[in-house]
Amino acid sequence: MTAVRARDWPKVDRSLLVLVGVLAALVLANGVIDQGFLSAAQLRNTLLVTVPLALIAGGQTLCMLTGGIDLSVAMTATAAAYVTGVRAADGTALAILEGLAVGLVIGLVNGVAIAVFRVNALIMTLGMSAILTGLLTVGSQTFLKGATRMPEFVRELGGGTIVGPIPWNLLVWLLLGGLLIFGLRRTGLGRLIYAIGGNRRAARLAGVRVASVEVAVYVACALLAAVAGILIGGRGGSVDLQLAGSYLLPSVAAAVIGGTSILGGSGGYTGTILGALILSVLDTMLNVLNVDEAVKQVLYGTIVLVLAWVYIRTSRARTGDR
Amino acid sequence: MGETREALRTRAVAKRYGPVVALRSVDLSVRPGEIHALLGANGAGKSTLVKILTGVLAPDSGEIEVGGRPVAFRSPADARRHGVTPVFQDPALLPDLTVAENLRLTGTGAADVLERLREMDLTPPDFRTPAGELPLPLLRMLDLARALAHRPALLVLDEITAALPSDYAERVFAVMRRTREAGGSVLFITHRLLEVQEVCDRATVLRDGRDVDTHVVAEGGEDRIVAAMLGDKAVGAVPAAGSTAARPTGEKLLEVTDLGDGGRLKDVSFALHAGEVLGVVALEGQGQDELFELLAGDRRAASGEVAVRGRRLAGRHPREAVRHGVALVPSDRQEALLPMRSVRENLALPLSGRRWGPIRLNEERRKVGAVIERLEIDTRAQDEVRRLSGGNQQKVAIGRWLVGGFDVLLCFDLTRGIDVGTKHQIYALLRSIAEDGRGVLMFTSELREVPMVCDRALVMYGGRVAGELPAAEADEGMLLNAAHGLTRAEEVG
Repeated sequence: MTAVRARDWPKVDRSLLVLVGVLAALVLANGVIDQGFLSAAQLRNTLLVTVPLALIAGGQTLCMLTGGIDLSVAMTATAAAYVTGVRAADGTALAILEGLAVGLVIGLVNGVAIAVFRVNALIMTLGMSAILTGLLTVGSQTFLKGATRMPEFVRELGGGTIVGPIPWNLLVWLLLGGLLIFGLRRTGLGRLIYAIGGNRRAARLAGVRVASVEVAVYVACALLAAVAGILIGGRGGSVDLQLAGSYLLPSVAAAVIGGTSILGGSGGYTGTILGALILSVLDTMLNVLNVDEAVKQVLYGTIVLVLAWVYIRTSRARTGDR
Repeated sequence: MGETREALRTRAVAKRYGPVVALRSVDLSVRPGEIHALLGANGAGKSTLVKILTGVLAPDSGEIEVGGRPVAFRSPADARRHGVTPVFQDPALLPDLTVAENLRLTGTGAADVLERLREMDLTPPDFRTPAGELPLPLLRMLDLARALAHRPALLVLDEITAALPSDYAERVFAVMRRTREAGGSVLFITHRLLEVQEVCDRATVLRDGRDVDTHVVAEGGEDRIVAAMLGDKAVGAVPAAGSTAARPTGEKLLEVTDLGDGGRLKDVSFALHAGEVLGVVALEGQGQDELFELLAGDRRAASGEVAVRGRRLAGRHPREAVRHGVALVPSDRQEALLPMRSVRENLALPLSGRRWGPIRLNEERRKVGAVIERLEIDTRAQDEVRRLSGGNQQKVAIGRWLVGGFDVLLCFDLTRGIDVGTKHQIYALLRSIAEDGRGVLMFTSELREVPMVCDRALVMYGGRVAGELPAAEADEGMLLNAAHGLTRAEEVG
């Protein structure tokens, strides 16, 4: 009954250690299969593909923590990159801002529809994704016509190297990723994100404006996707409408692998980072083994489903309801 | 009793939900051609027993016999096949289907139902109307007619008269009497003791999950029922009682004027003063839930107003109430806690809600630490609140507002399902809050708490404040009578 001083940081989750173990095993296996994997060049490549995924999955993690999901992240990333590419002539800074503005608008629309008008998050963002695909397809022939070559600065940021295996985009991610981790753990907003995902009604009764928090989350998610999209575009040098399409399922998968509950309320970005790394290394390995793309899709889908099932099983076992 | 075959007989039926024992051991017997009342205070186990008797729940142990044969219902449909048919307070018809479709769903003959309705002297509605468009009292009568069409051996009526106008209630009584004359039996659950006197042959009283008394109504009377519901009044020591001042003197913190929600709650007016614990006493469903939701800003009033220190609340969002210093601790801890988060995050929630930016760790640690110490919260399982005991969870739910700050604490049945030690800690806490010059409004289903904790008590009945009395004079019998609408409490006070 003694009043123990409440800890500032929760103790390290055992499941995170398991993830680190899985990652280490995969890296080792990869090193054995492919002698070149541990070389600086290959490490750089792995980081280059991991960073955009880690950013998109970061936004996805925020949405999932509130009990929602954003299925429009891939098209948001594509749209932001496309606008930045087409508007390169406006000057680099303005082009990037325009790309980010696209993300901001998409996030606001998603957030307001979901939080205020109570549209189901799955339906809203799926619809948003379809609308964006249509708009971009039409736009590329009309109001977004033009060269889709990324500005030089963006190309360097998305695909250039600082030194050795360290790409520039890692710097962007260290900045935003650090902000995410800090935001979730040490700010009021972060606490509220967990609160509304864990118990919406309790949060409301405690005086939390649930809708504002949700709008903020979908805006943050769309902005992160926009940044990731611009980085992906920069890596390739030019943009097309299929730019970030392949990131949607992995963004959900990374969060789920990292232990973020699909029901909301528990998890965190540290796990998602490990999830993104595991997925990238796994992807590299499957490429080296020359596994067919279709088989890879089946594998990723299976991983998500199995983990979601495992998570729901264990959380039910702990709370004791059926 | 052994020679006649009872319509229904239970022996030592027990049921627990996790650590909570809902039914300890109930022996109940309903004879053929009998109207039998099932009574008990809130939480005595009536609902659980009804669910078991109608096949909704399976008992953990004990035996049930219907017509002398042992049964184990697998589902409500199975119970109906054995002749046990319930009608619940909430209509069971699906609102989007027409009446005819609803009847087809349960395999009930429409002609049969029509005939039953005519027997009840009711004009049958067009059966092509969606059930949701019919008025609630008529829906309930349709439910009853549907149940009768199955020619039940035992009709279970669960608080069916609770929200019925009196002419409809009379029709229900007529149905019960006709059923009895035809040799059928009725198990009648009600809070209204007058109805028991009027129609019932025998009554069984439940208390704390046991049957404590079964008697012939004509011989017993209300006194015997109330005494059985209360049990041994000497249970538990009485801590320092509230101030005996009948008239509160402090500043008016919360003033409620003619408040109504457009539904059950009507014209409620009262004031809560600084330094006061004001109790609210009511049977289930007398408008207390609506009152607390309105005060907490969780829903908008249809009429009347709520003012805090003279400033009117619009009731747009609980945030508004919280900002004005009105905080709610709900009875259901599932409505208060973030089950997967730590004690600390749960306690600091009002602080986080106020400031989105970086958390002031020192301030938070200091405030949270002080509350953990003051409430003696057991922090051994502090990483996830759902692993704490019920009493500790409730302390966290209250402690949140000690961290966040408030002037008026709304407590809705805080001590339900909590151990005696923690209860007394909570009583002491509420008293000390009042002594700090703040106000507490507490609804309680444990009448014993009123003289122990409160200064005054309001009695609600039928959505209105039926009376007010100084807590020092409010013994349980008087409160229970007032809550049943039997005596006018204000004449006492």
